[in-house]
Amino acid sequence: MVTPILPMTLQGGVVKRRGKTVLGPVDLTVSMRGFTIFLGPNGSGKTTLLRALHGLERLATGQIAWQVPLAQAQLEQAFVFQTPIMMRRSVRDNLAYPLRLNGTSKAQATAAAEDWAERIGLSQFLDQPAPQLSGGEKQKLALARALIRTPQILFLDEPCANLDGRATREIETILKDAQASGTRILMATHDIGQAKRLADEVVFLMHGKIIESAAAATFFAGPASPQAAQLLKGDIVE
Amino acid sequence: MGEIWEGLVAGFWLVITLDADLVAITLRSLHVTLTAVMIASAIGLPFGAWLAIQRFRHRRATIALLNALMGLPPVVVGLIVYLLLSRSGPFGVFGLLFTPTAMIIAQVIIITPLIASIAHQAIRDVWAEYHDLLLSLSTSKWQRIKTLLWDGRRALMTASLAGFGRAIGEVGAIMIVGGNIDNATRVLTTAIALETGKGDFALALGLGFILIGLAVTVNLVIHTIGQTEREGKW
Repeated sequence: MVTPILPMTLQGGVVKRRGKTVLGPVDLTVSMRGFTIFLGPNGSGKTTLLRALHGLERLATGQIAWQVPLAQAQLEQAFVFQTPIMMRRSVRDNLAYPLRLNGTSKAQATAAAEDWAERIGLSQFLDQPAPQLSGGEKQKLALARALIRTPQILFLDEPCANLDGRATREIETILKDAQASGTRILMATHDIGQAKRLADEVVFLMHGKIIESAAAATFFAGPASPQAAQLLKGDIVE
Repeated sequence: MGEIWEGLVAGFWLVITLDADLVAITLRSLHVTLTAVMIASAIGLPFGAWLAIQRFRHRRATIALLNALMGLPPVVVGLIVYLLLSRSGPFGVFGLLFTPTAMIIAQVIIITPLIASIAHQAIRDVWAEYHDLLLSLSTSKWQRIKTLLWDGRRALMTASLAGFGRAIGEVGAIMIVGGNIDNATRVLTTAIALETGKGDFALALGLGFILIGLAVTVNLVIHTIGQTEREGKW
């Protein structure tokens, strides 16, 4: 029985770079279920917030509280980066890597890798070096590698930013399946259409601060902030 | 020009006739150098990787020192090892002076900084690529080092080969600590130095060509085994 790490709360989170505040102060609660989309223009702090929640950015002030100790909580998380990081290994070994880290036997890790490759349509590339895959294939592989340990929470930083419609649909299908299996998803995106398709909850950011946080239906029906309304209208928001 | 030709002919005949002395000297050269490269790689490769991922006070100074040590004068290393291993030295009791072990120790000291420095540079590139992923997966420091060493193995092979190249051609230090004793510590480089001193340039050149051939062959074999420069490999 896995101990739930959620809900999680961030209180007064501030991230600074070279003395300049790039995020915060931000307060956020992540509930146990759902799909949260972080919306906002470039430089609004979406990526920084995701990285801070995952522990890749150090908080200058503020704190994150999980339901379990941090080290345990980190093992139940996964992150998919905008530019997928492909290890210099085969597709099979990329998929098996997270399982091998936590002591899964080689045979079991390989079987799980092959199962995931089948699910994401990459089984014919199992022995191919991962860096040779196309952009869409790399992102699917990165997503499967993140999900192979069945994390309780998955962070995604604009995973479909450079992908065509077909690859985007495939990624979204995998994400919906993961959500249905109980993985809590937090994703940054620029794509309002994608946000409408996937989100249960929307967090709108600008200049490193959360401007608005609402259920997706409420947000898209009538955002509370004029900046969000501008964005949804298709205007340029700076 | 005539001496070079004579050297080629001498080298050719030494190889064709499988001259017993030549075989023994060549095998001793390989034994000393490959052992030194293995020991230096076992120290230098993980150290280079650790240096790439670990942040600590004086890290820059450590890297600068390591780079500076790549240029260690072999004769000075030989002299220091000689003093340490001589009867009156702190390790004299082991009786290692004028043995292949002493030659290996000197070579390890000379090539470890070279291997570690090249490894550090190679691993730094892989670490820059993998940094976020390995942190995201909550890897331990040891898991990171293992991963970087494995995924950067082809670049690291270059580091070990550079160490091999320096060690196989080294003469100053091993002459001092080995003594160039016939049938005991004579290797290709010290044999070349001896024959040159005796004025037998043809034989010296012949041994030189064999030394070059040996270095090239070992490099080619390792590249073939490592499958470098193949499509889809790193």
